[in-house]
Amino acid sequence: MTDPATLSPRSRFLWHAARGELAFQRSGSGRAVFHPRAVDPDTGAEGMEWEVSAGLGRIHSLTVVHPQGEPPFALALVDLDEGFRMMSRIDCDDPASVPIGARVRAGFRPLAAGEPPLPVFAPAEAGA
Amino acid sequence: MSTPGRGSVAVAGVAESDLGRVPDETTPVDLMGQAVSRALADAGLALRDIDGLFAASSQLRMAPLALAEYLRIRPRVFDGTNIGGSSFLSHLAHAHAAIEAGLCTVAVIAYGSTQRSVSRAAAAPREPNPWETPYRPILPTSAYALAAARHMHLYGTTREQLAEVAVAARSWALLNPKAWEKAPLTVDEVLAARMVSTPLTVRDCCLVTDGGGAMVLVAADRARDLARPPVYVLGHGQALAHQSISAMEELTVTAAVRSGADAFAMAGTGPAEMDVTILYDAFTITPILFLEDLGYCAKGEGGPFVAGGAIAPGGRLAVNTNGGGLSYCHPGMYGLLGMIEAVRQLRGECGARQVHGARLALAHGNGGVLSSQCTAVFGSADTA
Repeated sequence: MTDPATLSPRSRFLWHAARGELAFQRSGSGRAVFHPRAVDPDTGAEGMEWEVSAGLGRIHSLTVVHPQGEPPFALALVDLDEGFRMMSRIDCDDPASVPIGARVRAGFRPLAAGEPPLPVFAPAEAGA
Repeated sequence: MSTPGRGSVAVAGVAESDLGRVPDETTPVDLMGQAVSRALADAGLALRDIDGLFAASSQLRMAPLALAEYLRIRPRVFDGTNIGGSSFLSHLAHAHAAIEAGLCTVAVIAYGSTQRSVSRAAAAPREPNPWETPYRPILPTSAYALAAARHMHLYGTTREQLAEVAVAARSWALLNPKAWEKAPLTVDEVLAARMVSTPLTVRDCCLVTDGGGAMVLVAADRARDLARPPVYVLGHGQALAHQSISAMEELTVTAAVRSGADAFAMAGTGPAEMDVTILYDAFTITPILFLEDLGYCAKGEGGPFVAGGAIAPGGRLAVNTNGGGLSYCHPGMYGLLGMIEAVRQLRGECGARQVHGARLALAHGNGGVLSSQCTAVFGSADTA
C-alpha cells in the first residue's frame, strides 16, 4: 500500500487524481498553493499540508487553441474556490462558447492514450 | 553594490549579423561572431580590446564559452544570463556595473540564432512542465493569448486594436531596408489570417527568422574618443515575475511596472520625454501591456492608445521604428535588436524611418511568457 507522504509532489498529486481528487497544498500562512511543491513559498520551510479541492471554480482566462490539422480545444486558467489557479482544459461541444468568468466543475480523464488521469473542467450546472 | 551611475557608460558600437534566412549550416556562433566583428568596426575597436563578454542564445547552453572560443579571446568578466528575449538588457545592466567597478573596460553583448534555418522546435526546445504540457498549449502563443483574452474581458480591448499593432509595425518595416516583410498589411488581413490561439492569429505573432546582433559598451570618457557619437546608458531596470503563465499573478499587469519605474528613476526622466519607444512585440498584445505598465497610458487604455495609427509612422508616438519583431526580424530572443534600433535612432542613422532630432529612447525587453521584464533608457550627447 502506497503511503502518499513518501511520494514526490507530482506523484502525490497524480495519486489523488487517480482517485478522482484534485489535490493542492496549504502554506503555513494559510494560503492555497498550486502547483504542489516541496517547499512552502510563504515560510521557506520544507513540507506543506495537503487538501482536496471541492473541484468548483471560475474561468480566469480562456483561449481556443487551433492545432494545425486537429480540432480546436479550449485551454483555460481556472481559479478554484479554495483560492488557487491552474491550467486545464474546458471540455464542451463548442469551445468558443465558454465565457471568462463561467463556473466550472472538475472531472478527470487522461489527456492522451497511456497517460494518467488529470483534472479537466466542464461548465458547471446552474447554481454551482 | 550601489546602482551604477546615470550616463557613466556609453554604447560605442552596434551591429546586426546577417538577418532573415542565412546560408545552410550557418551556426548561431557564426552570427554572433559576425555581429561582434561589425560592432567593433563600428566602434573603431579590435577583438583584443574585449575584456568583458556577455552572450546568450537558446541554441547555446554556454554561450560565453562558445563565443570566447570562436573569437579566441579570454575576457576577465563574462555573463551568460538567459531569461529569454530580455537577456541582453540584463547584460547591459551587468556590463554597466562591471565597467563602473573597474572589472572590465570594453564589454561586448552578443546574440545569434538560426531558428528559421533549423526550425523553432529545434532551436528552442521547451522544457516540459508537468502542470501545463499535458494540456497541450501552443507555447508561447497560448500564454500570450490568455493574457490578451483577459485584457479584452476586463477592458474591452478589441481584436482590431491588437491588429493595429501589427499594421503599425508593418508600416515602419516598409521604411527599413533590412526588414523581413516587404508588403503592406491591413487590419482585415490580420483578422482573417490563420487562427493560432484565440484571439491571436499568425499575423498577431512575431516572425520566425535567423539573426543576431552585438553591442559594444565602454566608459563614457573613453567613448568620446572613439569613432561614433556615444549613446549614453542613462537608466535600466530588471524584474522577474514567474516562468509559467499559470503562475502569473495578474495576467494583464507585467513586471514592466517595476523595471520601467527603476529605469526611469535612474535616468531621471519619464515616458512623456521619450522620442523613440522600442517595446518587445513578440505578440500584438505585448506593446499594449507595456505602454500601460511603463506609464505611457493608464491600465486598460492601451487598446485605444494604439488605435487609429497612433504608433505608426506619423502617429503620436514613435514605437518600434525598425518594424519590430512582428515585421523586421525575430530570431527568438529579440531584445538586443531593439536596443540597437534605439541607439541608431539617437545617432540619427535611420534614414526614411528616422525620428527627427531624437534625444531620448526607451528599449524594453520581455522574456519567456511575460516572465522577465527589463527596461533601458538611452540618451544622446546632450542628455548625459
